[in-house]
Amino acid sequence: MGYVAVKGGANAINNSVLMYKNRRLVDGEDIEVEKIKTNMRPLINQVMSEASFYDRDTAAFAIKQAEGNMEEAVFLMRAHRSTLPRLYYSTITDTREMFVERRVSASFKDIPGGQILGASPDFTHRLLDDALKEVADGPSQEIDYKEIPFNYDLNKLPKVIDYLEKEGLFIREPENNDEPDDITKKTIEFPSTRSQRLQGLTRGQTGAVTSLGYAEIRGYGIASHPNIGECRVGQQPVCVDFEDGYGEYFIGDYEMTEIDGFMPDLDEDQDEDMHIKIGYGLVFGQNETKAIAMSVLDYSLEHPKNGVATSDDEFVLYHIDSVESTGFISHLKLPHYVTFQSKLDRMRQGRESK
Amino acid sequence: MSQNFAFLDEHSKKEIRRQTLKAIAIPGYQVPFASRELPIARGWGTGGLQLTLSLVGQEDIVKVIDQGSDESVNAVNIRNLIQSTTGVEDTIHTSEATIIQSRHRIPEVPLKPFQILVLQVPTPEPLRSVEPSERKTKILHGDKEYSGAYIKLFEQIMRHGHITDDADYPVLVNGRYVMAPSPIPRFDNPKMNHNDGLILLGAGREKKIHAVPPYTDVASLAFEDYPFEVEDFSDKVCRESGLSGVYMDELVDEETGETYYMTNDTSYMLEKMNEEEDLHANHR
Repeated sequence: MGYVAVKGGANAINNSVLMYKNRRLVDGEDIEVEKIKTNMRPLINQVMSEASFYDRDTAAFAIKQAEGNMEEAVFLMRAHRSTLPRLYYSTITDTREMFVERRVSASFKDIPGGQILGASPDFTHRLLDDALKEVADGPSQEIDYKEIPFNYDLNKLPKVIDYLEKEGLFIREPENNDEPDDITKKTIEFPSTRSQRLQGLTRGQTGAVTSLGYAEIRGYGIASHPNIGECRVGQQPVCVDFEDGYGEYFIGDYEMTEIDGFMPDLDEDQDEDMHIKIGYGLVFGQNETKAIAMSVLDYSLEHPKNGVATSDDEFVLYHIDSVESTGFISHLKLPHYVTFQSKLDRMRQGRESK
Repeated sequence: MSQNFAFLDEHSKKEIRRQTLKAIAIPGYQVPFASRELPIARGWGTGGLQLTLSLVGQEDIVKVIDQGSDESVNAVNIRNLIQSTTGVEDTIHTSEATIIQSRHRIPEVPLKPFQILVLQVPTPEPLRSVEPSERKTKILHGDKEYSGAYIKLFEQIMRHGHITDDADYPVLVNGRYVMAPSPIPRFDNPKMNHNDGLILLGAGREKKIHAVPPYTDVASLAFEDYPFEVEDFSDKVCRESGLSGVYMDELVDEETGETYYMTNDTSYMLEKMNEEEDLHANHR
């Protein structure tokens, strides 16, 4: 046995991994996971939403390991998710029971229960703030953080859509109480069901969902923009039923963003009165842009227009998953010399025969 | 964080094995499966890896190759993951392995009965280039409506005077389903026909499993007057080993600028070179 395999590949890979893992420490100081958890909430929200894995600690940990790279952090969360047995589903949760922290309607000046701005970057001027170059001692003392956020009655926040329903401008769809599909346990087959579409959209890559929703309203789909009936952000209580005879167990609050998008009615007959239709968005964490775009795509997929890519469920759902799209695009870096040799053979064959 | 044997939880493995059995029962048919995310990126062999992880037991001996090499980056990476989550033995010798996971090649050493070859598949749908929609290709397979696949080859002949499909050349399995054999070179297509081993193909991102059970008819698509052709290495000799009649890599000698060829299946080449050396040693 004089000849042995060359082990160069394994060594080179090992060194590459070491360089990658230590790069941030070579360049600077380490950071506590806890600091990421409190300082990078919107990033954590996006990662949890795209990973379809609600756990702020694990998300912060994944972000640290990924050095803030979104696709890597989502990937780490998804891979970890695969190792966890999934034993229970939550019982039906009603977003009317949400502990609302922010709630705005773009469709009315005032709404029953009031517009609640909560915390939002919407009204900031996007000027780099020199003060942030320094580390702050604590929050500004200008408002009382215990009082201000909760000066409203949680029991008196009806949904904006209720008002339109009373007037007959919105007709409630018949309830669909079919057991929802779970695309992580059984792959989507087309035509898709609504539960598959909603699950696919809520796990979608934020940028991809936003871009496709934008294309739909800008000119390739409904080409007119919806009205946000209501945007809610808050803590949603979630329960599971172990079927042990003791009823439901409360397992925790999930921060969620919910959108009721008021859409132009595309299916209406000419003689009929006009009605409001709803596109629905619901995502983990405060991710308002994504939730709005989701509501647009939910509607476009529910009411497909012929020849419009953003109302084709295969086109949308097959291409918005972060792990899938980034994985396939990045795999192009892998060696492909066997197939390329096959292609060269074909190209040379063409030249020889001429 | 602590992990289960072979990474995936047992529920997931069971689901994958069930879909694999279905794939074996319907040769060449793409069986949908849920497809878990793995610590390796989608598109980097997660379909093959899920098959391997769902099948591997403590007694198995695993070989992993990419581009014909046990040392290619993808192969090293996948083998490390399998080993770190299972602790099973690995080998570079095709004949010693019980499970062989491969990207882009079927080894030169023929499979034996009860060996399993797992191929990594990027695009399981052979009709995708003629029909982008999944629901439509499903109907085409159901109706055994493969004229699109043949017309594509016909158009290539019209345009270029010969078929231009290179690797991942479509095959008809068991006279029923047209199947993408994964991007193996055409050179490897005939090895699928009446193979002694079990060939499983996994597409993680596209969430499909398909299979060629042992002793199944596998025919590459062709026309009577335009027969199927493999890559032509007939006048090439491996510079390292003197082998011919194998799939070759084309390389350039940096010093002389000369093009030379080397056996692509590196473990096969080593085995052959060692056999040769032993033979010489015995003669002396």
